Amino acid sequence: MAFVTPANSGAAARDVVAASLHRRDRDIRGMVLAALLLAATVATLVILATLLTQVVGESAPYLAERGTEFLTTPIGSNPDQIGIWSGLYGSIFIGVIVIIVAIPMGIAAAIYLEEYADQQRRLTQIILVNIRNLAGVPAVIYGVLGFIIFVKWLAPITSGDTVIAAGLTMSVLVLPIVVITSMEAIRAVPQGLRDGGYGVGASRWEVVRDHVLPYAAPGILTGTVLSLARALGEAAPLIIVGAITGFLPETTLTEKFTAVPILIYRWSGQPQPPDAEFSFTAAAAGAGVVLLVLVLFFNASAIYLRNRFEKVRVGQ
Amino acid sequence: MSRRLFQGAAITSVVISLLILFVLFRGAINFLSLIDWNIGLLSDNGWFPRRERFDLRTIIVGSIVMGSVAMLVATPFGLGVAIYLSEYASPRVRRIVKPIVEVLAGIPSVIVGYFVLRFVAPEVVTPIFDPATQNNMLAAGIGIGVLVIPIMASVSEDALAAVPNSLREASYGIGARKFDTVVSVVLPAAVSGLVAAFIIAISRAIGETMVATMAGGFDGAGLFEGWTPTNRGLTMTAAMTNAVGGTDQDVGGPSFEVLYFVGGLLFLLTLTLNTVGNRVVNRVREKY
Repeated sequence: MAFVTPANSGAAARDVVAASLHRRDRDIRGMVLAALLLAATVATLVILATLLTQVVGESAPYLAERGTEFLTTPIGSNPDQIGIWSGLYGSIFIGVIVIIVAIPMGIAAAIYLEEYADQQRRLTQIILVNIRNLAGVPAVIYGVLGFIIFVKWLAPITSGDTVIAAGLTMSVLVLPIVVITSMEAIRAVPQGLRDGGYGVGASRWEVVRDHVLPYAAPGILTGTVLSLARALGEAAPLIIVGAITGFLPETTLTEKFTAVPILIYRWSGQPQPPDAEFSFTAAAAGAGVVLLVLVLFFNASAIYLRNRFEKVRVGQ
Repeated sequence: MSRRLFQGAAITSVVISLLILFVLFRGAINFLSLIDWNIGLLSDNGWFPRRERFDLRTIIVGSIVMGSVAMLVATPFGLGVAIYLSEYASPRVRRIVKPIVEVLAGIPSVIVGYFVLRFVAPEVVTPIFDPATQNNMLAAGIGIGVLVIPIMASVSEDALAAVPNSLREASYGIGARKFDTVVSVVLPAAVSGLVAAFIIAISRAIGETMVATMAGGFDGAGLFEGWTPTNRGLTMTAAMTNAVGGTDQDVGGPSFEVLYFVGGLLFLLTLTLNTVGNRVVNRVREKY
């Protein structure tokens, strides 16, 4: 390299950079790490794909044979003739009860905690910590709670182990999720909107009703839809509350009940009867497809809603 | 008026917690007063509720083994997904992959249970490990791990996202490569959040019920088969669903009341894990 003067320093620097760029110095460790991380991600997607393939694959011939009859027939002992009507009935009512009970209550609690409560107060702090802890309580324990409160104590209202008791149990289970997601949505409302409302003399309730809630609505809706998906897919609390896994003669609000996830649980482990064309596991896969369609539809719409409104907000 | 109504809704959550505590502890004390203390809770060699044999070791070891297998599956995959999405993926890839991982989070656990019974146990575990029984703790643990991957991934990703970009830029500014930036700067800065993700994931794995009930190999009762994952086992959660299952519920007898005792243990265990996990998460939030 020649003597460097201010006049040719640019060229010298270019030579040095070019030399270092062309040197055989690959970042092996970096490439290995990147490859491993990519492999972990791809493997996770493959697991998901395998699971979906297994469920859809095993159920396809069965559902093709049964058609919509599978949705409208009650459960029984021959896999060639059984259907999931009893389960659908239970699951739909559980969903309806969650919408009626958990969602208004969760949103109300979130409004209180974000808009009314004094964050420094001891009671508020206790409620906040408590809700976070409730969200981590295993589902099966909510089943125990529901069994005592809704099946035993409130038997005059729920008539014992019925779909009403199950719906109320699921409402308690998803309540923390509704509260937490609604709180996040309300917290994201810009303070200026509230100040604007107060500035023209609105009361706190008017500000909440006319400014905060409309702005937070998409976020709240997302949380609501997610919690509904959770309530439809959960099976463990229903077993504890007393869902029927065997024979169920009638579907009513005041008798014993079952739900789609319970049918999958029961049929997955049931051996094939000798004279039947299809196995119980094929029926389990069929019920699995129905449950997946329901749950994934709710989840996908929640994710879509969230992404869409995130984009709109950023665009503002 | 509206204020009182909203406050009532918020306070309901505290009432729910108190009721959980009350129900579990009343039932657990009742259970302890019913059982035969000459056999005790630890000295027997299996979990046979119908014969009033409650060997706690059986269900605790079962929970530990299946939980460990689950974490061995969920940690590398969950953490890998989180680091990949947060540090490596282009915005376009991220926009596609993240919702797919969220779909996995939404899959009901009974469907994963079915998947273990019909695919993981016969097609993966049996050919590789040749276990004595097709359904065993390893197969169930893998299923629980699949369920825990999305939680591990999302809490870890939040921890990585909380690391300020200025740290990454400073690292690149002094000439560090991507590898050194990720391994020596980002991961150490996020370590407490990653630990929290791990703890919260353990809590989920221990509380997972359906996969353990369906694929653990035992139908509610069984001899203690030791720590080997390819043996059958019973988790605390499976012991709970089985205490209730069956056509005749023997409400009032110890074989039913054990539900509350095991529920109480499970509640205390997961509450401790979640409290530690949440505290670590909060500390991370305050730091940045």
